Amino acid sequence: MSFISGRRTGRRGSRRFTRRDLVVLGVLLGLPVLLDLAVVWGPTLASVVLSFTSWDGIGDIEWVGTRNYTDLFTNYPQFWPAARHNLLWLAFLGLVATPFGLLLAVLIDRGVRFSRFYQSTLYMPVVLSLAVVGFIAQLVFSRDQGALNAVLGDTDSPTDWLGDPDLNIWMILLAAAWRHTGYVMILYLAGLKAVDPSLKEAAAIDGASEAQTFFRVVFPTLRPVNVIVGVITVIESLRAFDIVYAVNHGRNGLELLSVLVTDNIIGEASRIGFGSAIAVVLLTVSLGFVVTYLVQELRGEKDR
Amino acid sequence: MSRRSLLRGAAIGAGAVTLPALLTACGGGPGGDGKTITLGSNASDPVPKKAFADAFTAYADQSDGRKVKVNTVDHNTFQENINRYLQGKPDDVFMWFAGNRMQFFAKKGLLHDISDNWQHYTGFSGALKDQSTGEDGKQYLTPYYYYPWAVFHRKSLFTERGYEVPTTLDEYVALARQMKKDKLDPIAFCDKDGWPAMGTFDYINMRTNGYEFHKSLMAGEEAWTDKRVREVFDTWRRLLPYCQPGANGRTWQEAATSLQKREAGMTVLGLPHPGAQFPKGEQADLDFFPFPAINPEHGQDAVEAPIDGFLLAKKSKNLKNKKTLESAKDLLKWLATGKAEDIYLKSDPNNIAVSEEADTSGYSAIQKKAVELVSGAKQISQFLDRDTRPDFSSTVMIPAIQKFISSPNDVDGLVNGIERQKKTIFASD
Repeated sequence: MSFISGRRTGRRGSRRFTRRDLVVLGVLLGLPVLLDLAVVWGPTLASVVLSFTSWDGIGDIEWVGTRNYTDLFTNYPQFWPAARHNLLWLAFLGLVATPFGLLLAVLIDRGVRFSRFYQSTLYMPVVLSLAVVGFIAQLVFSRDQGALNAVLGDTDSPTDWLGDPDLNIWMILLAAAWRHTGYVMILYLAGLKAVDPSLKEAAAIDGASEAQTFFRVVFPTLRPVNVIVGVITVIESLRAFDIVYAVNHGRNGLELLSVLVTDNIIGEASRIGFGSAIAVVLLTVSLGFVVTYLVQELRGEKDR
Repeated sequence: MSRRSLLRGAAIGAGAVTLPALLTACGGGPGGDGKTITLGSNASDPVPKKAFADAFTAYADQSDGRKVKVNTVDHNTFQENINRYLQGKPDDVFMWFAGNRMQFFAKKGLLHDISDNWQHYTGFSGALKDQSTGEDGKQYLTPYYYYPWAVFHRKSLFTERGYEVPTTLDEYVALARQMKKDKLDPIAFCDKDGWPAMGTFDYINMRTNGYEFHKSLMAGEEAWTDKRVREVFDTWRRLLPYCQPGANGRTWQEAATSLQKREAGMTVLGLPHPGAQFPKGEQADLDFFPFPAINPEHGQDAVEAPIDGFLLAKKSKNLKNKKTLESAKDLLKWLATGKAEDIYLKSDPNNIAVSEEADTSGYSAIQKKAVELVSGAKQISQFLDRDTRPDFSSTVMIPAIQKFISSPNDVDGLVNGIERQKKTIFASD
């Protein structure tokens, strides 16, 4: 206390940094800031600006106002399915895969038999990149040579798991959830290990049932983990890309916003202005989640 | 298509935007010893890769000290990055396609004019010259080989079951019906990669409405809502029950394999596609017939035969060196000879030479038949995605045709969607 008040009264504040300190600070702070500006903010702003232009990556950049956005919303058949699929992805991971991961974590934490075995098996897909998961999904779901149809023994009219646009998104979601569940499980397991056992004992002494103990006592203490899992789920859903790209380039029922951006910008087409407009939409959606999250976090910080 | 190649693409893209300015600032003028030609290749499959290597070695052997340094990139990646590749640091010579796809880059000033080379070329038809010419009337491409699209089948299966080659759509449908009765998939069908089904669209369109209509439709001059286009989709819908279901989940390799395994009776593809899926011993059993006639007015006039060849990249730094430019043009001159094509085709017999001076005596029966088909054609088209703008074919037509395959009944909605998007895309420029 006295130290702080001493600092406040003293006029040595300006002399606390030597010139060398300032240089070091300037470099250490300045470089990351510059990098951040160049690598994150620069491209972001460039996309926003380019989204109001028509550019094929070679010729002149021409202003077209909001035409890209009108085209996008009214005249690009892939756009709304892509937006829907992104939301579906979020809902599926958030409402199915994540709770399932939590359930598995709780079961394993209670010490079922062979829990180590389950733990490592369920975690295994997490070490694979989603693109690899996509290739595995093809081995399983392919209509003519896939394992699933072979197991079902359905040779007369085999189900086209990946080619049928009403069906394939669900198959891909299953594959994505296969990986996501393991990820969530391991995070919750770590969280559950950190819960003080005396809390559970106290609850048991007070006569709480298993379920009550979990929902009223254990789950609230998992709040930090919940936040992390929530953030991961949102990020995973919005940046979903590799798995559908590996399966069929994100077409025919597997459209996602990220794929449309790539299709328009990276591909031979090079509709950079139009692709940027899709990227800006994706950015806006992501910002929505980020801002909500930040607001809640800051509010939570105040309550604490 | 892996994430890595995609990331590589993204990195190349980012590099192309920022790097050139930096590089010109510190570059040391045109490099190269004038004798080494770098060549960007999209021939990543083993058979063509080896065939090209043979050809370039043969070139180096006969030239005094010139050599070709090949950079091979996976062909899908090559294609997706071609735009940035040509603007960034391209190789001196690169492989690409004839037609609109070439003209697009010529118009953007990314290709070297090789009209002077063309004055010395012999053995190329007028049609080939047209396909190698940009909108400004100058030549940019040195054609090397091409391959026709047709309806492929197994000779032995046809004789075994007594199938007759159909020449009209009705006969085609009747044959398909018979095959279905015989527990075969009549037509092996695939469109997972987005382009194979375009060949069927092109053929039905050219047989129904003729080559001129195909050309102006691809140039954006006709409305997709026109009843002639609807008719194409209606005819296609008539064929769909005989096509393998689930085409959007099947690659062309799988479709060609089902033909090879005698599970399917026929398939509409290009010569190298089934050719590459048939083992050596069974290649002689592969046969084809031209896509059947639909409208007697157009008969079987047009043949779809995409041309691949070589071009010079304008942005290549080495080509600023006169000597290297001379070497590169010399390489093209050599590649334009019939002899050079012979060397290539010896290792890759799934294509046919463009030059009339090429030695066709060593051709397999199917190659000879392919030559006959193409030389008898009244018109030669490239392919949907080579005859129109790349942004239109990849962002509009691929999803549209896949949608048609999975729900063929809403033709009105389909053509209206295509037409609306076509208008915005062709208007921007």
